[in-house]
Amino acid sequence: MISDGFANGPHSRQGVRHLALGLLAAVALLAAACSSADSSADSGGEEADSAAGAAPITLYTGRNTNLVGPLIDQFTEETGIDVEIREGGSAELAAQILIEGDASPADVFLSQDAGALGAVSKAGLFEVLPDEILDRVPEAYRAADGTWVGTSGRARVLIINPELVDDPPGSIDDLLDPEYEGKIGFAPSNASFQAFVTGLRVLRGEDGAREWLEAFANQNPEAYENNTAVRDAVDRGEIAVGLVNHYYLYELIAELGEEAVTAENVYLDGGDPGGLVNVAGAGVLVGAPNQEGALEFVEYLVGPAGQEFFAEETFEYPLALGVDAAAGLPQLDTLEPPEVDLSDLDSLEQTQELLAETGLLTQ
Amino acid sequence: MLVLPGLAAGAVAVLPLWYLLREALAEGWESLWAEVWSGSTAALLGRSLALVASVTAACAVLGVGAAVLVVRSDLPFRRVLSVVLAMPLAVPSFVAAFAWISWRPSLAGFWGAMLVLTTVSYPFVFLPVAASLRRLDPAQEEVARSLGRSPGRVLLSVTLPQIRTPATAGALLVALYVLSDFGAVGTMRYEAFTWVIYGAFRAGFDPSRAAVLACILVLVALALVAGETFARGRGEQNRVGAGVARAQQQLALGRWKWPALGSVALLVGAGLAFPVVSVLVWFTRGVSAGIAWDEFGSALGSTVAVAVLGAVVTMALAVPLGILSARHRGAAVTALERSVYVAHGLPGIVVALSLVFVGVTVLRPLYQSTPMLTLAYAVLFLPLAVGSVRSSVLQSPVQLEEVGHSLGKGRWGVLFHVTLPLAAPGIGAGTALVMLAIVKELPATLLLHPTGMETLAMNLWSETTVGRYAAAAPAALALMLLSSVPTWILTRTTGGYR
Repeated sequence: MISDGFANGPHSRQGVRHLALGLLAAVALLAAACSSADSSADSGGEEADSAAGAAPITLYTGRNTNLVGPLIDQFTEETGIDVEIREGGSAELAAQILIEGDASPADVFLSQDAGALGAVSKAGLFEVLPDEILDRVPEAYRAADGTWVGTSGRARVLIINPELVDDPPGSIDDLLDPEYEGKIGFAPSNASFQAFVTGLRVLRGEDGAREWLEAFANQNPEAYENNTAVRDAVDRGEIAVGLVNHYYLYELIAELGEEAVTAENVYLDGGDPGGLVNVAGAGVLVGAPNQEGALEFVEYLVGPAGQEFFAEETFEYPLALGVDAAAGLPQLDTLEPPEVDLSDLDSLEQTQELLAETGLLTQ
Repeated sequence: MLVLPGLAAGAVAVLPLWYLLREALAEGWESLWAEVWSGSTAALLGRSLALVASVTAACAVLGVGAAVLVVRSDLPFRRVLSVVLAMPLAVPSFVAAFAWISWRPSLAGFWGAMLVLTTVSYPFVFLPVAASLRRLDPAQEEVARSLGRSPGRVLLSVTLPQIRTPATAGALLVALYVLSDFGAVGTMRYEAFTWVIYGAFRAGFDPSRAAVLACILVLVALALVAGETFARGRGEQNRVGAGVARAQQQLALGRWKWPALGSVALLVGAGLAFPVVSVLVWFTRGVSAGIAWDEFGSALGSTVAVAVLGAVVTMALAVPLGILSARHRGAAVTALERSVYVAHGLPGIVVALSLVFVGVTVLRPLYQSTPMLTLAYAVLFLPLAVGSVRSSVLQSPVQLEEVGHSLGKGRWGVLFHVTLPLAAPGIGAGTALVMLAIVKELPATLLLHPTGMETLAMNLWSETTVGRYAAAAPAALALMLLSSVPTWILTRTTGGYR
């Protein structure tokens, strides 16, 4: 009934001709598809040959393969273990793993943020990692129960447009100044922003957090879909300041070149809740068909090769001891993030409720 | 004969309900009711319905207006325009939304979402209305004129009422599309139902809440379907006279010719030219430009392969149900036909996660394989196919089938020699419509694709999420170019110039 009229052709012979036309096009397309499917099968075969027998692992990655792809290739080259990649949003993949349960075909889950890792860990779907992997990374940046390990750090910063801000704020409390009314951008449904709010609750207590959020809401901040959109809005001068992670700026610089970028990062004063350092990390699934390969992969991520890669290519903070951050970034140990146990950042529901009650997140 | 395959199609279409109801009830009836009756849910529903109503109304006006101008007036370039006006269907909503918001950030919110959704979905109304206008017998209009009505009043009082059925059918497609869209509302930051459902999954890991909201969306979609049945009325416009209808008379635009052309050009500019030019600008704008040709080629091949496969399978499921619902009336058949709309108003992520559940629960060997992905497409897009088949069967007189029987053909003989050939244009159009939808589909493809396969939509998503717009441009252009093929088929099969 729906597309009455999508069917309204002139009838009979003419109609058959049109159908034939459509089918002809379909067959031509199918033929094109088959030929390219053949060629991709060929290249797949070559890869399998080079893997020389080691069983492949399946990786669910919430991290973009444009960023981590080269590192994964490097891993395959060095270990002979092929990595079958399934890419998606971290939270979507976590939701998928939660539904799949221990029947999940995934060996490793590499996530953009600790929250998605925590959700999988809480469902009991992560294996406890061995000490030689966990000990590579300071305690602050891994799960308290050893079910996942941080692979790179991301500092919360303010991104500002220097043309619109004279005196950069040093604390999230400075954002409550009337000067910033209607000029702040944030991404309320973004996991990093919610982790910051959870940290705020841990640091200042429920009442303190509510007080700040209410005052923040009174500033009429602009809500964006994600950090990239916040960053772009700041860079265009649509808003003066945004709450984002530190590396978004460097991605933009890498894309457009330094001269074309107006925005700047501002690291907050020592201990300020707005300067939380969160992690991207990985865990091995309990039902992993290839446990051994999975562990080898996670070990590689926190090893020297992986850590240097994150520092130089994604502009994140390497977490393993003895690896430096990219030039131009303040080193991780010079930052003074607030003292928050990342494992305490799992109370997302309460955070969301609080955000909804203060009118910042629509429920 | 057709009942069993029809039932199969219905069963496929309601698969997501299994998971949704299970999740929605996971925390008991009480919390379900609390969620349904909370003030925030009502506000959310209000926002979504406001968007649905305004976009649908705008599309109805623009779609019908453009169709009348192109088919029934002496508008310059109308042959070219009749094809070009359909082309915005090939533009994915989030590409259009991103183009607009990059140009004018202040568009964010209701008006931006309305602008984007209107400019990319008015062809859902334009195409069937234009096709129907071409088919109309001018006899009634001539009578009205001979009785002294002016051409303008004839248009309003005689012609337009005759295209009510295709116009409401197209409007329903628009309404369901708006209800389930995430690309435009996400980019435009308009907090509609889908935005919040995504939030519940993404940041909240709260599948139960998302499922409750999704169930409400299912009800809204079914209400829209019922409303459409009511709105299109019962009239039939089959021409039964002997011989060929006379040629239609063109409305002379006179001094309105150029303003009319300008408005149509504006519509095409907003829906097609602006997004395409924006993507071309991405191409020149960053250092991530450049094409990995082999990767790109295989993404193109995979996209075509899943689109053709998905469309053929969906159509195979739809044909029995379409014929059944056209030729048999009754509550059971109506219920079966409506069942295919269950998933159509749902955001793709909900259908995708439902099928993840079905996959690991009962179809484990098929999970994350091409057949499973094809099944997902069928669940999502069956209504497009069933609707096309049904209406084209309705247009062929049942008497022809009776003649077939009387001449000694069996049921199968009549089906293959009379019913199906007569329904061929509808089957072709439906297949094209489903292909078009599959090429642009993202959430289900992301979660259910066979490991190692990448489609153009996935490539586009992957590049844009990290802001590599220049690198995303080739995939975006290829996606639109590829989508223009089924769109073009659609303009042909819905009755081009004879």
